[in-house]
Amino acid sequence: MSEVLKVEDMSVTFDLHDSEVHAVREMNFTLAEGETLAVVGESGSGKSQAFLSIMGLLAKNGRATGRAVMGDVDLIGMAPKQLDIYRGKDIAMIFQDPMTSLNPTLRVKTQLAEVLVTHRNFDKQAAIKTSIEMLERVGIPEPVKRANAYPHELSGGMRQRVMIAMSLLCQPKILIADEPTTALDVTVQAQMLDLFKKLTEDFGTALVLITHDLGVVAGIADRMMVMYGGRAVETGKTDDLFYDPRHPYTLGLLHSTPHIAKRTARLDPIQGLPPSLEHLPQGCSFNPRCAFAFDRCHAERPPLTEAGEGRQKACFYEGAMKYGEVA
Amino acid sequence: MLGYALRRVLSAIPIALIAVTVCFFVLRLAPGGPFDGERALPPTVLANLRAHYNLDQPLVVQYLIYIWRLLQGDLGPSMVIDGFNVSQLISIGFPFTLTVAMSAFVIATVIGVIAGMIAAVNQNKWPDYVLVLVVMLGVVIPNFLMAALLQLWFGVYLGWLPAGGWVAGSIPHLVLPVTVLAWPHAARISRLMRGSMIEVLGTNFVRTARSKGLGQRLVLARHAIKPALLPVVSYLGPGMSYLLTGSLAVEQIFGLPGIGKYFVTAALNRDYGVVLGTTILYMFIILALNLIVDLVYAWLDPKVRYR
Ligand SMILES: Nc1ncnc2c1ncn2[C@@H]1O[C@H](COP(=O)(O)OP(=O)(O)OP(=O)(O)O)[C@@H](O)[C@H]1O
Ligand SMILES: [Mg+2]
Repeated sequence: MSEVLKVEDMSVTFDLHDSEVHAVREMNFTLAEGETLAVVGESGSGKSQAFLSIMGLLAKNGRATGRAVMGDVDLIGMAPKQLDIYRGKDIAMIFQDPMTSLNPTLRVKTQLAEVLVTHRNFDKQAAIKTSIEMLERVGIPEPVKRANAYPHELSGGMRQRVMIAMSLLCQPKILIADEPTTALDVTVQAQMLDLFKKLTEDFGTALVLITHDLGVVAGIADRMMVMYGGRAVETGKTDDLFYDPRHPYTLGLLHSTPHIAKRTARLDPIQGLPPSLEHLPQGCSFNPRCAFAFDRCHAERPPLTEAGEGRQKACFYEGAMKYGEVA
Repeated sequence: MLGYALRRVLSAIPIALIAVTVCFFVLRLAPGGPFDGERALPPTVLANLRAHYNLDQPLVVQYLIYIWRLLQGDLGPSMVIDGFNVSQLISIGFPFTLTVAMSAFVIATVIGVIAGMIAAVNQNKWPDYVLVLVVMLGVVIPNFLMAALLQLWFGVYLGWLPAGGWVAGSIPHLVLPVTVLAWPHAARISRLMRGSMIEVLGTNFVRTARSKGLGQRLVLARHAIKPALLPVVSYLGPGMSYLLTGSLAVEQIFGLPGIGKYFVTAALNRDYGVVLGTTILYMFIILALNLIVDLVYAWLDPKVRYR
């Protein structure tokens, strides 16, 4: 399979009044055509900022360095005008909060159709017609009526379906979904994930699914990337990471998730708090919370290196890890 | 939408009645009367005059007479300017005042909205700082001082524009008065627009619009301006009433033949009919403006529309 996105040494930095915050550091990963990559990690680990930077949507005080090559163009540092050729067409994004992500003053059909008018030179009528077909495709009942509605007339789940329809109008190569189901209730979540799976398969779209929820990952992702303190700490096939985690943080995550920790009667959250990005510990960022940390972990930062077939980890510890040893 | 408008009109009626009542009695609380001239009138003449204008009746009766006539669209006579009734005076002066105020309103609103947008998009860059300066001048300098400064500079020193007075149909005579009126209005609107635009540019839905690759122009024109206009629109009603009242003073300063002339003299002479009539006219205009503003608001914000 060929790759649709290759990210190299990507970092994201925010300028504050008298300091800076490194939200993402030296990320390297590839995204293959049509695959689903889950990005997991605690709140503040840099998941959203990493992908917002690829979309050129960082806040004003943020800047990105490195490369994010899609096809033959590097999206990092590209002028907004240039980016607009690709955004919405080859790479699209869905956001966490469907309640605020649609424009309250415009009809649903207007917000959908403009994508086709902008990128595909559709005339307005044809664009609306295609938009309505897409609404039907994402499982919206009475799509004509919904197309004429304003966002506040739709439920949260319905709005997120609208967002999905909108993002897929141009059949993008890459779809980034940033916690697309977090704001929805559980029954709707499952439907939404099925929809993602089905549509991205139909369109051959590669899906980046940013989430806290490992249950979601298990059902849908081919590969996963675990982030901690702005860095990727482990990547690999979902099954491999689930059944044989090689990074203590991944192990901890698995055991603090209800469905996956079936073997234990109780949940064990990872001890301690996520690190403050401004005061990362010396050596490995995870060392203060790690049960396996030894001298080297406090002195040096482990790089992300090959750790078996198709997987990588950033950890010096090579021994066996049994749950329960996690402090 | 029509039902909404109708409900609003109906709900304005009691407000209007209360306002008229308050105006009527407050005006009578002021000391003096229309016939207290420098030279006292002979008692018999005075008595006749007072009887003619019903001023000899108890206040409540006068009030009822006034309301009764008002309902028939009669604003009554002027007590000071002989031979004119209030409606005539208004129809002479008000069109001019309205023209000046409306010109200032339209110019100031357009400039204010555009300037606010430019400042918001260039937040903390030089266009933003220039705007802050210009706005400050407009808000800080009172209109009589602003008028004097402009008259001096453009009228006397540069001689580009007439410093005052009126020649029928002459636009140059209107430039300075309209500027004096429009400046603070434009300043306030641009402040409002800047603030709400900055807020809107930071919203999730603008981020969504950007993520669709619509381009800066479409993002601003279609996605940002409409919601950003909401607070501006709610200001326009009160804004227009500031302009209409401000116009009274500005007309005096520039010697323009608007309603200001009559209103100021009438207030000084206790010409009850003229003062009340003008006040009532203004009140109706303000009520109407607020209604229009609410309708525009409903059009801008679909969430309001169905209430
Ligand atoms: N405009 C900004 N200025 C300064 N710091 C920022 C800014 N935006 C984000 N950050 C910081 O970047 C870090 C990473 O944020 P990010 O949104 O990527 O977290 P996340 O992994 O997506 O978390 P969550 O799961 O809560 O969404 C956070 O610590 C946040 O405080
Ligand atoms: Mg996030």
